Amino acid sequence: MLNALQKIKEQAAQTLANAQDSKALDELRVKYLGKKGELTTILKQMGSLSAEERPKVGQLANEVRASIESLIAEKNAALKAAMLDKRLELETIDVTMPGKAAPLGHAHPLSKVLEELKEIFMGMGFSVVEGPEVELDYYNFEALNIPKNHPARDTQDTFYINDNVLLRTQTSPVQIRAMEKQKPPIRIISPGRVYRSDAVDATHSPLFHQIEGLVVDKGVTMGDLKGTLEQFVKRLYGDHSVVRFRPHHFPFTEPSAELDVQCFSCGGKGCRLCKGEGWIEILGCGMVHPKVLSICGIDPEIYSGFAFGMGLERIVMRRYNIDDMRLFFENDVRFLNQF
Amino acid sequence: MDLSMRWLSDYIDVSDIGMHDFCEAMTMSGSKVESWHQEGSEIHNVVVGKVLSVTPHPDSDHLVICQVDCGEKEPLQIVTGAQNVNAGDLVPVAKHDSDLPGGKHIKKGKLRGVESNGMLCSLSELGVSVHDFPYAIEDGIFILQEDCKIGQDIQSAIGLNDNCVEFEITSNRPDCLSIIGLAREAAITFNRPFKLPEPKVSKTVDDIHNYLSVQVEAPELCPRYVARMVKNIKVEPSPRWLRERLRACGVRPINNIVDITNYVMLEYGQPMHAFDHKYVEGGKIIVRNAKDGEQIMTLDGVTRTLSADMLVIADEKKPSAVAGVMGGEYSGIMDDTNMIIFESACFSGPSVRITAKKLGMRTEASGRFEKQLDPATCIPAVERACQLVEMLGAGEIVDGIIDVDHSDKTPRHIPFSPEWINSFIGIDASREQMIKTLEALECHVEGDIVIPPSFRSDLEHKADIAEEIARFYGYDKIPSSSVRSISDARYTPEQKFEQLVHQVLRAQGLYEVSTYSFISPKYYDKIRLPADHPNRVCVTISNPLGEDTSVMRTTSLPSMMEVLSRNYNNRNKEAALYELATIYLPNSGEALPEEKQYITIGMYGDYNFFALKGIIETLLNKTRVLNAEYVSCKHNPSFHPGRCAAIMVNGENIGGFGEVHPIVCENYGIETRVYAAMIDMKAMYRLIAPETGYCPLPKFPASTRDLAVICDDTKPVADLEKTISEGIGNVLENITLFDVYQGEQIAQGKKSVAFSITMRSADRTLTDEEADAAMKRALKALAKIGAEIRS
Repeated sequence: MLNALQKIKEQAAQTLANAQDSKALDELRVKYLGKKGELTTILKQMGSLSAEERPKVGQLANEVRASIESLIAEKNAALKAAMLDKRLELETIDVTMPGKAAPLGHAHPLSKVLEELKEIFMGMGFSVVEGPEVELDYYNFEALNIPKNHPARDTQDTFYINDNVLLRTQTSPVQIRAMEKQKPPIRIISPGRVYRSDAVDATHSPLFHQIEGLVVDKGVTMGDLKGTLEQFVKRLYGDHSVVRFRPHHFPFTEPSAELDVQCFSCGGKGCRLCKGEGWIEILGCGMVHPKVLSICGIDPEIYSGFAFGMGLERIVMRRYNIDDMRLFFENDVRFLNQF
Repeated sequence: MDLSMRWLSDYIDVSDIGMHDFCEAMTMSGSKVESWHQEGSEIHNVVVGKVLSVTPHPDSDHLVICQVDCGEKEPLQIVTGAQNVNAGDLVPVAKHDSDLPGGKHIKKGKLRGVESNGMLCSLSELGVSVHDFPYAIEDGIFILQEDCKIGQDIQSAIGLNDNCVEFEITSNRPDCLSIIGLAREAAITFNRPFKLPEPKVSKTVDDIHNYLSVQVEAPELCPRYVARMVKNIKVEPSPRWLRERLRACGVRPINNIVDITNYVMLEYGQPMHAFDHKYVEGGKIIVRNAKDGEQIMTLDGVTRTLSADMLVIADEKKPSAVAGVMGGEYSGIMDDTNMIIFESACFSGPSVRITAKKLGMRTEASGRFEKQLDPATCIPAVERACQLVEMLGAGEIVDGIIDVDHSDKTPRHIPFSPEWINSFIGIDASREQMIKTLEALECHVEGDIVIPPSFRSDLEHKADIAEEIARFYGYDKIPSSSVRSISDARYTPEQKFEQLVHQVLRAQGLYEVSTYSFISPKYYDKIRLPADHPNRVCVTISNPLGEDTSVMRTTSLPSMMEVLSRNYNNRNKEAALYELATIYLPNSGEALPEEKQYITIGMYGDYNFFALKGIIETLLNKTRVLNAEYVSCKHNPSFHPGRCAAIMVNGENIGGFGEVHPIVCENYGIETRVYAAMIDMKAMYRLIAPETGYCPLPKFPASTRDLAVICDDTKPVADLEKTISEGIGNVLENITLFDVYQGEQIAQGKKSVAFSITMRSADRTLTDEEADAAMKRALKALAKIGAEIRS
């Protein structure tokens, strides 16, 4: 009987090893371990054994059963793994085929860069305020120290609604509105649309965007203006940027300056981008004219401040090498989806 | 302003400074250099040659062979087609391998078999004109009448070697629109002496009062009027040095008298006019306001109608010049002019500006006068003109000067506080250093007072003085610092809301656009607004560029339609766009209109009404504008009457959307369905529901039931949903519409609507009986509004 058990064990090991699929495996399980299986059949004959033999046979029978069960489990796992491998093999795809994108919208390039500028200024403690586009002559000119018939008005060809109302030519009127409303310390930027009577071409548009900035507090100096705007330029164009402040004239700031950044393309040697100058004009700025502070009810003997203004379109055009301003307002989706 | 460096050297010596350094330093002290160039720099290897012989070409009737001595061992043989060359002439010779303006390169070659070792040049080939060399002819070789040597470079031989610098002068510095003004700035910039000799006339004849009187009737518009006279005028070309200087400054030489007035204008910044005395009737100059409707033909041959606010220079009978703008037709210099009057006057800047603007003629003179010139310059300028007349032998200076002077000579006193300047700029300059700069600027410093010179009318405030100090201290030397106070920067709730709107719309695949705020009033027709629609009342631009951009939009639909149309015409298959567009609504009783932002959506392509509605529902949900109801809107003329909805929140209409009316699409040339929405941002913002806490996840299972009812096909699904909701009560969790069916098995005019209903209780498991009872309540309620269960 012991021999018979031993034989079953050996036979089972061989046949199980040869099983090709889970069905065959199942049949073998029934064959050996089932109710009418070979092992059971032998165990049923245990009653005829002597008391000495019975434990030996019992022990061996259990060993054989355990061995077969473990072989079946092993084989089962191996078969499953093989099947999975086969399925995965069949499921192979061409990973070089294009992906399927979920539809995602796009920010207009002007908005995209404006967001970046706002973030830079907000990081430097500037809040964002807005003002009306249809504006009083008083805020756009008079209060900015540009009286009627001032020659500076010629450089800003203005759309008028009537004698006192116009489309703002600059975002500077927001300075005045802010100073009327708020007591120093003031630290704001004001982005928005401005209008000038320029015919449309690649570099002109009757509507464009500016960002105005204003800081008013006790003891604000021109050195603060320089430091603040230098930091802004470094954030915008990188820490390696070289800037210069060059005297200029604006009626509402005194002293006034223009800020140039050394040409990114030629590094100051002069090229087409910078029109041979080596420098690119970025913005206008200056110390708020004490007269303008007085007009807004801020005592220039106590407070001082600086202001600056820049054109958004030009910054965006340089950023993306856009050479035609009309693209911004044509809004072709093939243009917009690049941003 | 173009500056001749040669001319500048009359006043300051900067010959040892390279042009690059000169331009850089001037820019940094406030006189911005736009560009500079050396005259004749495009010319290489062109020299003076002497024609030794001219012989006919054996094979050509119109070519001649010249032997030309260019100062080399052997004469050069050059073939030319010009007919004006003779032996003994001095001519410009472009030798083999030479360059001429415009990138022209000259090489030796053969002309009809005869060797030619270069080219003889005409005026235009050298880039000059008959105005620069009046003795030469336009078509032919430039026969030189200059004092020059054989073999000499042509640039130096004809004086085509000046350096010209183009400055951008700001409107506050009319004094720098002159050689003298720039010399003064350069002198301080480079810390060099600046010499300004006083112009003087050595010999005079006769007496001006024998010929002329001047009456200024409008002294407020003409603070100063100075006149001098010259008689026995000889009108002829100016000498070369003068022509060269004018050319370098971009002014074309005409004749000696005109050139002198231009020369003085460039040198002193003072526009001058020369009147022919014989056309000044009655020998009387009257400076007066024009009469309304009075006419004058100006030098450019145009008849101008004047108005009473304009100033004219007149004689007893007629106006002869529009003051400070342009002379009349008889005011110019003719060949027979014998006696002239030099006018050197100062006019009110604003008045000249208005006049020039009204007449639409901005001239070199008006551009200067409108910046308000210095009355004190009138005298030296006229003296300089007479000095030049004398120098050129152009006539005899008449004795005496007429000077009608009403100008305000009160010196301006500006407070001077070095401490304030230092703290304002952020520097530490000494009082002495500041005084040195101010004195170089010709300001007088008396204790705590600065008195600026008369030509610096821009200096009136202590901040102006601070700027002068800063300019010459060097902006680049001011130490950079940062603002020292704490600042409370943050986005306002409105700004955050706007950012959220952008995010939600972009996340749903919409592209942001940016459109003009002004439109054509005709666009209201294109979107089918009735003639009496209130949106037709808009803010109108009085001086628009054109009708297309003449009114401020009161609705954002036309702008969006235009962008969709452009994309459609550019054959883009689809477009889904949005803009947070501002509209401008006239505000009765207020000077300024109300500016409102509308979320404007527009799309065509693979979309339908419900795709757009889905975007709007998501937008409202994500911004927490809750409880929106959508009401059919049949009367919006821009939209499909059966596919348009108004958005109602708590009974307030905050906008609408739908399929754009096919006629509107046709008006924009779009041959496909277009969907559009407009939602009032401010109204949305106002209706935002407060944030609520989180809702705990359900602990008990839900019961779901499907329900199909048959009702009139006009019955809105929203009504059915509302009824079901009321019928089921608070155990209702969700109603989902899953089918709307019309057709077989359904009677005409009816529809079958199927919902999946989820019910749940927060505190126990709903029994089947409870769920069934709830459904029964719903069915009962539905029956009341004419919706029967589908059997």
